[in-house]
Amino acid sequence: MDPELYRMSVVLLTGSLTAAATALVGSFLVLRRMSLIGDAISHAILPGVVLGFLLSTERHPLALFPTAAATGVLTVWLIETLFRSRRLSEDASTAVVFPALFALGVLLISRIRYVDLDLDCVIFGRIEDVDRRPLILLGTDLGPRALWMLGSMFVLDLLLVVGLWKELKIGTFDPALAESLGLRPAWIHYLLMTAVSLTAIAAFEAVGAILVVAFLVVPAATAYLLTDRLWLMVALAVGFGIASVFVGYILASEPILNSQGAAAMAVAAGMLFGVVWLVAPRHGLVATLLRRRRLVKPE
Amino acid sequence: MTWLPEWVVLEGLAILGATCGAVGSLALLRRQNLLADTLAHAALPGICLAYLITGEKDLPLLLLGAAVSGTLGVWLILAIVQTSRLKQDAALGIVLSTFFALGLLLLTYLQNFPAGNQAGLNTFIYGQVAYLRGDHVRWMLGVGVIVLFLIALLYKEFKLVCFDPEYAQTLGLRRRLLEFLLAMLLVLTVLISLRSVGVVLTVGLLTAPAAAARQWTNRLSAMIVLAAGIGVVCSWIGALWSQNVPLTPAGPAIVLTASVFMLGSLLLAPRRGVLAEWLRQLAHRRKVRLENLLSDFYRLGEIRHVWDRPWSVADLAAVRGLTPDAVRRTLNDLEDAGLAVESDGGWQLTQQGLDEAARIVRMHRLWELYLSRRLDLAADHTHRDAEAMEHVLTPELVAELEAALEHPETDPQGKPIPRGRPLAENHERN
Amino acid sequence: MTQAASVRGDNEEPTSDQRKAACSGPFPPIEVHDLTVAYQTRPVLWDVDLVVPEARLIAVVGPNGAGKTTLLKSIVGLIPASAGWVKIYGKPYREQRHLVAYVPQRASVDWDFPTSVLDVVLMGTYGRLGWFRRPGRAERSLARRCLERLGIADLARRQISELSGGQQQRVFLARALAQDACIYLMDEPFAGVDATTERAIIQLLRQLRDQGRTVLAVHHDLQTIPEYFDWVVLLNLRLIAAGPVAEVFTPANLQRTYGGQLKILTQAADVLLRREEGRP
Repeated sequence: MDPELYRMSVVLLTGSLTAAATALVGSFLVLRRMSLIGDAISHAILPGVVLGFLLSTERHPLALFPTAAATGVLTVWLIETLFRSRRLSEDASTAVVFPALFALGVLLISRIRYVDLDLDCVIFGRIEDVDRRPLILLGTDLGPRALWMLGSMFVLDLLLVVGLWKELKIGTFDPALAESLGLRPAWIHYLLMTAVSLTAIAAFEAVGAILVVAFLVVPAATAYLLTDRLWLMVALAVGFGIASVFVGYILASEPILNSQGAAAMAVAAGMLFGVVWLVAPRHGLVATLLRRRRLVKPE
Repeated sequence: MTWLPEWVVLEGLAILGATCGAVGSLALLRRQNLLADTLAHAALPGICLAYLITGEKDLPLLLLGAAVSGTLGVWLILAIVQTSRLKQDAALGIVLSTFFALGLLLLTYLQNFPAGNQAGLNTFIYGQVAYLRGDHVRWMLGVGVIVLFLIALLYKEFKLVCFDPEYAQTLGLRRRLLEFLLAMLLVLTVLISLRSVGVVLTVGLLTAPAAAARQWTNRLSAMIVLAAGIGVVCSWIGALWSQNVPLTPAGPAIVLTASVFMLGSLLLAPRRGVLAEWLRQLAHRRKVRLENLLSDFYRLGEIRHVWDRPWSVADLAAVRGLTPDAVRRTLNDLEDAGLAVESDGGWQLTQQGLDEAARIVRMHRLWELYLSRRLDLAADHTHRDAEAMEHVLTPELVAELEAALEHPETDPQGKPIPRGRPLAENHERN
Repeated sequence: MTQAASVRGDNEEPTSDQRKAACSGPFPPIEVHDLTVAYQTRPVLWDVDLVVPEARLIAVVGPNGAGKTTLLKSIVGLIPASAGWVKIYGKPYREQRHLVAYVPQRASVDWDFPTSVLDVVLMGTYGRLGWFRRPGRAERSLARRCLERLGIADLARRQISELSGGQQQRVFLARALAQDACIYLMDEPFAGVDATTERAIIQLLRQLRDQGRTVLAVHHDLQTIPEYFDWVVLLNLRLIAAGPVAEVFTPANLQRTYGGQLKILTQAADVLLRREEGRP
């Protein structure tokens, strides 16, 4: 295969898998009004990533999953505990926890810069280089590592969402009902948070810590403007995510922007949102403004 | 390299910490800290565009660009929330990530120019404390003074708009203008902190000192001053740390220091602190334990109509089904307080202890009577409630209760409500 | 003569005759004409016409979502009207703002805000003070007297998070008193307060009425309406009826206001019947 074509397909496939995996869990974040928890998690798992690297003697990329996922869940738990202590608002709890953990992460990375962990890469991602880091198992080159990681993450998220569809749905729209039905909404909540953390780590290598939130939130929010049905919203979110990856790739292939694929994809997601926001038939800007002009007389 | 950062750096950080603390306090009360975070991210494309258009890396020009794009971001958030079904959190997430990504793209574009690399635009992302220069600090000082002056001048108005904006509007205060001014204060503060602590960590410096200060005081003016002070101290400690420990960037060091301050305040603050609450609970539980045993003494005495004989630990333990060990521990506490003494292999209340026991039983029965008369509650329910209330009723409340019940003699079960001193009565009767 | 009174330019507590003169005029206190209010496209008030008479205690009644709060808020200009207008003593609200005191729902603010009871009551004087000026001794003594009238003078220095529901409501009412207005608009002043507070509040409202002021209060407890109020405004998106309690507060009107919510309805009708027959 033509190496350029190979590289392109690896980048696009990795990007699409990232977008699909994040959109699956991101849809529930948006519906639960927890978009910023996604943002907080993606920042706050940084120390977990570093810790994972330090703990594993072989510096294996899979080693950072347990610590980072634990940090992600810890973040959510810390925010909720602070909020529940009634000493800080939810807004302030979030705004105090994730910068603290992120600062800790940056400090740790700076101290151990000699290891194979580049701050810029962790924070901004290098999706255009994914084909250069292969997964080597038992001496065999199995192809790009990120592809494997995000592929498995996508499958895991898909299993979670399909397997716990009913629980997630009821837990999202009516946690009290879920509780009374014995569906354990608190467990579902932390399971979802674990999934978000794991997905964020898997996406780290491709798109970086800060831009993960673009993939988590923006396609799902775009889809939410178009439909009231949950399954359609999740499907559309995946679709918008993948579309953003392709549009972003085309944007980034302009020579002057050639080194920031992930950022271009995030911008593309924002642009798609902007277009849908303008023209969405019921919940869009134009439709809302037009509707405001005429009042429906009550019966 | 000395252990102390340059004076100009400390000066800049002092302005920064004070401004962030003061403005952060107002943002904290308006629950706008995450908005501030979005603002900081949304400023990045403005900084890059300002550089792109003018080719200058003058701080004021870059800040102007940041102000424009930050304001545009805030305006977009409002527009999304008002004209779509999305809530604030999603709107913040969208604007934050899209603007920041745009900023990164522009940054990369700039770095492809030879001049771009030297522009030091990178510093806006992580912040760069050590290279604060005299002209930067002068700008920060100007902005900081304006911000703090405005807060002092419009303190009354800002306070009301933070507490109850609709009411402020009905009083004729210009609510929209004040809210706009508050947003501008936030923009200005974010701008001067971007260069020092960076886009991501600015929100930490805005939130943590204010959240810490809130725990120590219940007055807004004191909170603002305290938050400003904590902001200054944390910035200096962070700078010292960064100066003296190699490979320590100052921005994260400052934010981490402030977070530790916040955590410490949350735990240790005298009234709102977690530790204080825990101690209060502990003290209350001890009080309940002592008072329960006192009233058990009383009830035993009441049954046999003798007040001055000792009771065995087993007798006392049987009243509530406690373990003898638990009763012994409480008895020792009572002894320390001078309320009980050991005698003849048993335990007996002192006169003081007996008075105290009578007082507690009295409150218990008054409350039972009040509940059953006023609320028609069943007797078993009133007992449980009275068990809790007997430990918290104040003398004033007891007086009120008595008056409301017209100085009753007996409780709902017909048991006498103690008045006066049981032991003295006992002696009289004998 | 106290400091506060000298600031306001009248003697001590105004006598009820003086107050009556100050709060009376050729025009009704509140005149609502063809008022329609909508959130997005959904109307919450439709074509409401209402003229409120002077010196009355008026209950605003209706089911949840009937537009009671919206009516109060659009009178004080917090929610823009899609159509129609409101006049206060014959002039637009903007020019008469100082004559109207608004008491929001208790739950509308953060009671953990770092401020004291006295400070909250002082906020009632901010409108009179204007830009930049801080409340001084005159305002403080006025605020203290307002707290005394609500029977909570001893709470002045208390942090507001330490208050019970009834005390919070009293603080809000004291704040409104500090405004010394002619019209009081209260959103659910009796919600979640204890019996003692409820009695204290209704006593205060009667005092205000006897001084010639007009009180409009959103009220939920239909049973107490005949006892507490002179006038009633029945609202469910549209104005169902408005007038003296004896004329307007009828089972038929309640049926039209509440539709299918029969339980409350039968209870209320029962109360009415008992009243008519003179039973307790």
